[in-house]
Amino acid sequence: MTELAVSAWGQPFFHNAVLAGTFIALAAGLVGYFLVLRAQIFTGDALSHVAFTGAMAALAGGYDLRLGLFVGCVAAGLLLAGIGRSGRADDVVIGSAFAWILGLGSFFLTLYTTSRSGAMGGAGTTVLFGSIFGLSTGQTLVAVLVAVAISAVVLLIARPLLFATVDESVAAARGVPVRVLGFGFLALVGACAGEATQAVGSLLLLGLLAAPAGAAIRLTDRPFRALALSGGLAVAELWAGLAASALIPSLPPSFAIMAAATAVYGATFLIRPQRAPLGTASPAAG
Amino acid sequence: MNPITGTPAAVTATRPETAPPAPTRAETPQPVLELRGAAARVGGRTLWSGVDLTVRAGEFVAVLGPNGVGKSTMVKVLLGVLPAAAGEVRVLGGQPGQSAGARIGYLPQRRSFDPSLRIRGLDVVRLGLDGDRWGVPLPFGAARRRDRERVAEAVDLVGAGAYAHRPIGQCSGGEQQRLLIAQALVRRPEVLLLDEPLDSLDLPNQSAVAALIGRICHQQGVAVVMVAHDVNPILHHLDRVVYLAEGGAVAGTPAEVITSETLTRLYRSPVEVLRTADGRLVVVGQPEAPSTHGGHHAAV
Ligand SMILES: Nc1ncnc2c1ncn2[C@@H]1O[C@H](COP(=O)(O)OP(=O)(O)OP(=O)(O)O)[C@@H](O)[C@H]1O
Ligand SMILES: [Mg+2]
Repeated sequence: MTELAVSAWGQPFFHNAVLAGTFIALAAGLVGYFLVLRAQIFTGDALSHVAFTGAMAALAGGYDLRLGLFVGCVAAGLLLAGIGRSGRADDVVIGSAFAWILGLGSFFLTLYTTSRSGAMGGAGTTVLFGSIFGLSTGQTLVAVLVAVAISAVVLLIARPLLFATVDESVAAARGVPVRVLGFGFLALVGACAGEATQAVGSLLLLGLLAAPAGAAIRLTDRPFRALALSGGLAVAELWAGLAASALIPSLPPSFAIMAAATAVYGATFLIRPQRAPLGTASPAAG
Repeated sequence: MNPITGTPAAVTATRPETAPPAPTRAETPQPVLELRGAAARVGGRTLWSGVDLTVRAGEFVAVLGPNGVGKSTMVKVLLGVLPAAAGEVRVLGGQPGQSAGARIGYLPQRRSFDPSLRIRGLDVVRLGLDGDRWGVPLPFGAARRRDRERVAEAVDLVGAGAYAHRPIGQCSGGEQQRLLIAQALVRRPEVLLLDEPLDSLDLPNQSAVAALIGRICHQQGVAVVMVAHDVNPILHHLDRVVYLAEGGAVAGTPAEVITSETLTRLYRSPVEVLRTADGRLVVVGQPEAPSTHGGHHAAV
């Protein structure tokens, strides 16, 4: 048992997992902060359904699974941005549409598994629960590059996006491209969902987007500090999860990462009460 | 004791460098805001038309009228968010909305933040200073110190120091309103467009904020356009008023415009302006929202 664990540290698959996971978590933490702030967590949930279906559709069509992930998630992100701005489709419509999309995913999965031999039969599980220990060096490189690009874009648009989120009409009057930012951000969420699916799977993706950000917002009320904290917490939680699952091989990495993320979020309730008592202005100014 | 009324020194100290000095601005012949025969149309309905208005630096203008007449729409036209349906509108010598955003301070009507929003009032004020810049602010350096001073100065100016460090969602409506006025002021704008800024303030605070805006306007040469539903708190700071009505508008000094004759002519129904013993104006018989006048809705 311990021999297995010790050996995991030295394996290339583990190095790939740490490398890809670090940047994936950073991107998810940064994007997640704005997702929570803009109250668009539901969008993240919807995208996790699309992630599964997109990946399955790509596999059934004979393409790279990641192509389906990214195309599906980014397209769905843009679609949701369009609905949210103009038509304001209600929750029931969005909810049923995405349940249907998930059903479509299971259809593609059946199509894929029956058309091919059982060798790749675990693809459904891979997408649902992630396969961070199964990344090749090439896949790791792509994942790192995409995650770095997502993080860089989030940092670039962070301040106007915050302005547009907190105070839309004033931001628009000041010349901030509020609508373009809204669309761009959801496209970014889509790309990030595609990324994070590779690490923790589409079922648990929401946790990586929401938990670190939720914890960061509870810990500080300074926006840029919270943004940095959200990214940092996501990376730390991913490391903790990977280490735990390397030490205890029966722990799947996705579960261990989510356990760490949930534990940190839960701990913030102990550190600081829900609502700071009125009148306790923090002494550290500015 | 209200902190606003007690800080005239802070007011005069607010625009030392970047902005052009007030005297030269006051001498510029060119008006800061200019409307010539302007009209606004929303959803196929003309709200007001034939509005002529010139606002120069250091002038304080109030926009008055019943609910739904298009006061906020007028602010949006000046901001360039909504194009004028007719006539000419010039803001700071150019088309509205053209790169003048940074020189205009804007306070939209009635905003309140989600109680769960965990962002400090200081950060919201700060967004008014640099929220349109790309990237993230650096956590060190001389620029950061200067920005922090500007924010602190604006917060002091409106007397919001006691609660600016709290999450803005936890501030009261009046406290949020003051922080938002600070946000509109923090860039030291040349034009202030304020949509019902006295809303949700109690009477002493209404006159304090009105006095503050009057001082900024007259001492620093800022052109102020303020939408109000009660003219009394700002009456003795005002240079001009614009009264909007369905179809038309009148502009002029308060003494010219807020009279029974002018308003009766404007609204085509009997309106009486009474002056109380303490100098307050009471407008009686002013029509309510245009929706009560069924005839005009045929055009919709
Ligand atoms: N986007 C829109 N589409 C259609 N009608 C609109 C739109 N925005 C405003 N209106 C209408 O235009 C009219 C004027 O609106 P506006 O907000 O300018 O009124 P206001 O004078 O500021 O009123 P209040 O005193 O209530 O603030 C209203 O009848 C409103 O219903
Ligand atoms: Mg209004």
